[in-house]
Amino acid sequence: MMDCPRILVLGGGTGGTLIANLLAKKLRPSEANITLISASPRHLYQPGWLYVPFGWQDPRSLSRSLKSLLNKRIKLEIGAVSKLDLENHRVLLEGNTQTASLEYDYLVIATGSRVTPEDVPGLSEGGHHFYTEEAAWKLHAALEEFQGGHIVVGVGGLPHKCPVAPLEFVFLLEEFLTRKGLRDQTKITYTYPINRVFSIETVAEVAAPLLAERGIEVETFFNLESVDPARKLAISMEGTELEYDLLVMIPPHRGAKFLEGSAIADAQGWVSTDRETLQVKDHPNIYALGDTTDLPISKAGSTAHFEAPVVAERLTAQIRGLQPEGKHSSYNGKVICFLESGYEKASILAFDYDNPPKVPTPSWLYHFEKMAFNKAYWYLVPTGVV
Amino acid sequence: MTSVLNQTQLTKEIDARGSFCPGPLMELIRNIKTANIGDTIGVLSSDKGSITDIPAWAAKARHELVGIQDVNGDIKRIVVRKTH
Repeated sequence: MMDCPRILVLGGGTGGTLIANLLAKKLRPSEANITLISASPRHLYQPGWLYVPFGWQDPRSLSRSLKSLLNKRIKLEIGAVSKLDLENHRVLLEGNTQTASLEYDYLVIATGSRVTPEDVPGLSEGGHHFYTEEAAWKLHAALEEFQGGHIVVGVGGLPHKCPVAPLEFVFLLEEFLTRKGLRDQTKITYTYPINRVFSIETVAEVAAPLLAERGIEVETFFNLESVDPARKLAISMEGTELEYDLLVMIPPHRGAKFLEGSAIADAQGWVSTDRETLQVKDHPNIYALGDTTDLPISKAGSTAHFEAPVVAERLTAQIRGLQPEGKHSSYNGKVICFLESGYEKASILAFDYDNPPKVPTPSWLYHFEKMAFNKAYWYLVPTGVV
Repeated sequence: MTSVLNQTQLTKEIDARGSFCPGPLMELIRNIKTANIGDTIGVLSSDKGSITDIPAWAAKARHELVGIQDVNGDIKRIVVRKTH
């Protein structure tokens, strides 16, 4: 029996902050020491970046001190992980940080995903996106200067987080251009990798008529292979070429750099995770949640939000030598997302492993709920209130 | 088809059961992108649309549909070989 188990949480995003706080609530100080390692001292609310390109959100309001969101008994270390030493239960940190390595008895990996536009030739030079604060600012500047032409919006690589965001962006873009008086001078094309406008059929059935109603052209079966910035061409692996004046393509994502090719992850850094227990395969003392996992489910804050109570319950039971109990004893694939459809209307999607979403007609009520959630996030989610 | 599948050695199998978002086809596409030419990838899917969506994409993207196999109830295994 170990004295006081050391729990190490990697990542200061939604998943990492929430799981650390839940564990601090469930486990007494005598039952576990909890340390969280984050590469940044700031906690970012990434869904807000969707509005930055249109000047509808100041990105400076989308981050807060990570320390201020953590339970006081959680020790916070700021540093980037360089390596996992699975054999010796150690995490090594980059550079000249005060702490070179940290040992653990239990590890929770919540290091999320990162955009890798460099995986698509020409995309970094030729394309915009809004999946980092800097990129969202740059796209804002480009849209401020835009005077008409062809805007191509789409999914530029898989996987990508927040699966509904490209659809939301194109709806908001159409509204933005209309309000600016530029809609008549602008052709908008929305591209998607498969044979409909969204992966979930029930969502596609709601979104496709809205796209048609607003004159947004659709190019399906479009998987971006390369971008030719000189000729302003987006080229798909299916052989389609689209000319553009402004290109907005969600880059492909990868897991954290230190995970790429590690013993617990694949070459892109996605951690091999059990879909119900959220334990890392063959490592019963390691858990993963959120974007970090290799599970074929949405990479989104909502996923981490609903996974964290399961990891907290299972890890607590493991430390106490008990069986996990109750509704959080295993993860059922639950995810809830809002879908902005422009003109102050939105819909909501709720689904799990067994039930596809029933998509309500977009209404102002869901838009209002989303706006309220964006503000209430700081008080409700990272702290584990809901 | 099933006898062909029984003799096919999979390079990788994707368990996309219960994956509504991003869905089995999106999972296949991302795996095909990083696979080697000649790799054979199986997708386990509980989504009824997969048996039409995946063959349609394989035809459009010029990859080979090796076959579709009943696994258990509504669950199918759809196998695609990367050809280029």
